[in-house]
Amino acid sequence: MTTTARHAASRTRPHLPAALTTTGRIAAQLRADPRTIGIIIVMPLVLVSLLWYAFVDVPVPPGGRAPFDTIGPMMLAILPMMLMFIVTSVTMLRERTSGTLERLLTTPLSRWNLLASYGAVFGFLGVAQATLLGLLVLGPMGVEIAGTAWMLILIALLDALVGVAFGLLASAFARTEFQAVQFMPVFIGPQLFLCGLFVPKEHMPDVLGVVADFLPMTWAVDSVVDVAANETVSGATWGRLGLLAGIVVVFLFVASRSMPRQSR
Amino acid sequence: MLNSTLVESAVSARALVVHRAGNEVLHGLEMDLAPGSVTGLLGPSGCGKTTLMRAMVGVQRITSGSLTVLGRPAADEALRRRVAYTSQTLSVYRDLSIRDNVAHFARLVGAGPDDVARTLDAVELTALAGRRVEILSGGQASRASLACALVGSPELLVLDEPTVGLDPLTRESLWEHFHALARQGTTLLVSSHVMDEATRCDSILLMREGHFLAHAPIDELQERTGAATPEDTFLTLIKQEVAA
Repeated sequence: MTTTARHAASRTRPHLPAALTTTGRIAAQLRADPRTIGIIIVMPLVLVSLLWYAFVDVPVPPGGRAPFDTIGPMMLAILPMMLMFIVTSVTMLRERTSGTLERLLTTPLSRWNLLASYGAVFGFLGVAQATLLGLLVLGPMGVEIAGTAWMLILIALLDALVGVAFGLLASAFARTEFQAVQFMPVFIGPQLFLCGLFVPKEHMPDVLGVVADFLPMTWAVDSVVDVAANETVSGATWGRLGLLAGIVVVFLFVASRSMPRQSR
Repeated sequence: MLNSTLVESAVSARALVVHRAGNEVLHGLEMDLAPGSVTGLLGPSGCGKTTLMRAMVGVQRITSGSLTVLGRPAADEALRRRVAYTSQTLSVYRDLSIRDNVAHFARLVGAGPDDVARTLDAVELTALAGRRVEILSGGQASRASLACALVGSPELLVLDEPTVGLDPLTRESLWEHFHALARQGTTLLVSSHVMDEATRCDSILLMREGHFLAHAPIDELQERTGAATPEDTFLTLIKQEVAA
C-alpha cells in the first residue's frame, strides 16, 4: 500500500455496525448541508414567533384563555409533519432519480433498512425541532399547559415521523422534485383545515367531523389539546398516539413495497 | 486461465427474453461469459445493452428463459455481495466526498477501510478523495462511481459505459486495471458504443435490436469480414444481417 493510501485508510470513519451504514450516510449528507438543517430547525421557530406576534394585541375575553395559548401548542402537531414531509419526499426522490436507489438495490442492503434509516435520521431531526419549538412556546411565549412538556415532544416526534413516512411514499408518485413539492398541499392542506385549528370538530358538518377523525394530524392535535388541558394523559390520547405510531409503520411498509427491486 | 470449456460459465443465458415496460426488448438471447474474461458489449444505442446488464444484476425482471450468474439464477439474494454494477447515470451521492461514497458502498458489501484505500488508488482518486463529487470533473466523477462498484472485490463486474467522457490516459489506465482484475479471476462485462474499445476486450458481444450478431474476439471478426477497423467490422456485420 502506498503512503497516500495508508493516509486515506487512517482517515476513514470508525466502523459502524452494518445495519447503521445507511443512517451514517444520510447523517453525513445532512452534515454536508448545514442550510437544510438550519431551515428545519430555525424555520418553525420563526413561523411560531410570527404567529405569536400576530396574536399579541388580540384582546383576551375576561376569564377566557388567550387564543395563542391554544394555537401555540397545536403548532407542535402541525409544523413537524409539514416540514418533514417536504424534506423527506424531496430527499427520497433524489435517491430515486439519481440512480443511487437502483445501485443500492443491487447491494445486500434491505429496502426496509433503507427506509427505517431515513425514518431514524429525520425522526432525530424532528425531535430536535420539536424540543426547541416546545421550549420556545412554553418558555419565552409563556404558554401554560396542565400536562408535561415531555408528552408534547413525544406527540411532535410521532407527528414528524408521520410526515417522514408519507414523504417517503409520496416520492414514489412524483417524477420530479417540482411534483414532490406540489404533493405537500395535497397531503397537508385537508389535514390542516380539518384538524381543529380553524374550526372545532364539533362545529363542523357531521361528514367533515367523521373525515377529520381519520386524519393523523387530527389525532396529533387532539392529543396536544388533551395534554394542554389535563394533568394526566387520558386513555383516548394514548390510543391516538398508538394510531400515529401504527400509521408510521404501515406507511413505511407500503413505501418499501413502492420500490420493487426488479422493474418490469 | 483454465480452458473455459472445463469451467462453468460466469454468466450464461439460455433463450433469455426480457420485456421492458410491456415491449419485448431482448429476444431469446444465448450467451456464455468465461470466468476471468473481459467481454465488450457493443451495439447501437437502444439495442438492449442496458436491459441485459440490469437483468444480470437482478434489477430487471426476466420474462422467460434462464439467466445464470456465478452458478445462481440472476437476482438471487446471495449474488448481491458478489456482483457489482455501474449504470450510465453517476449513481453516487453528489453531496458526499469521494471517500465517503466509496466507504459507504464498501460497508454495504462488508469491505474494510484497506479495501477503500486500495480502490481509490486503482482509480487514481486518492489525492482527491476528500472532495465532494459535485465539484469534480465529469471524468473524475465517473471514476468515483466506478470505485463504488470495484470496492469489495466483486466476482462479476457489470459496467455500463464506464469510459464515457474519460481522457485517453485515464481510459488506458482503467483498461489496464480491468485486465489486472480479470487476471485475478474477476469476470467483466463492459458496454460501450465506441467501437474502438473492442480491441481492449478478450471478446466482443455485438448486439443489435435485442439479439446478438456475433460473439468472438475482434481479430477473428475482422478476419471473417475482411474489414480494416473494428468500426468497419460492425458495419459490415450489420449490413450482412440486414441483407440476409
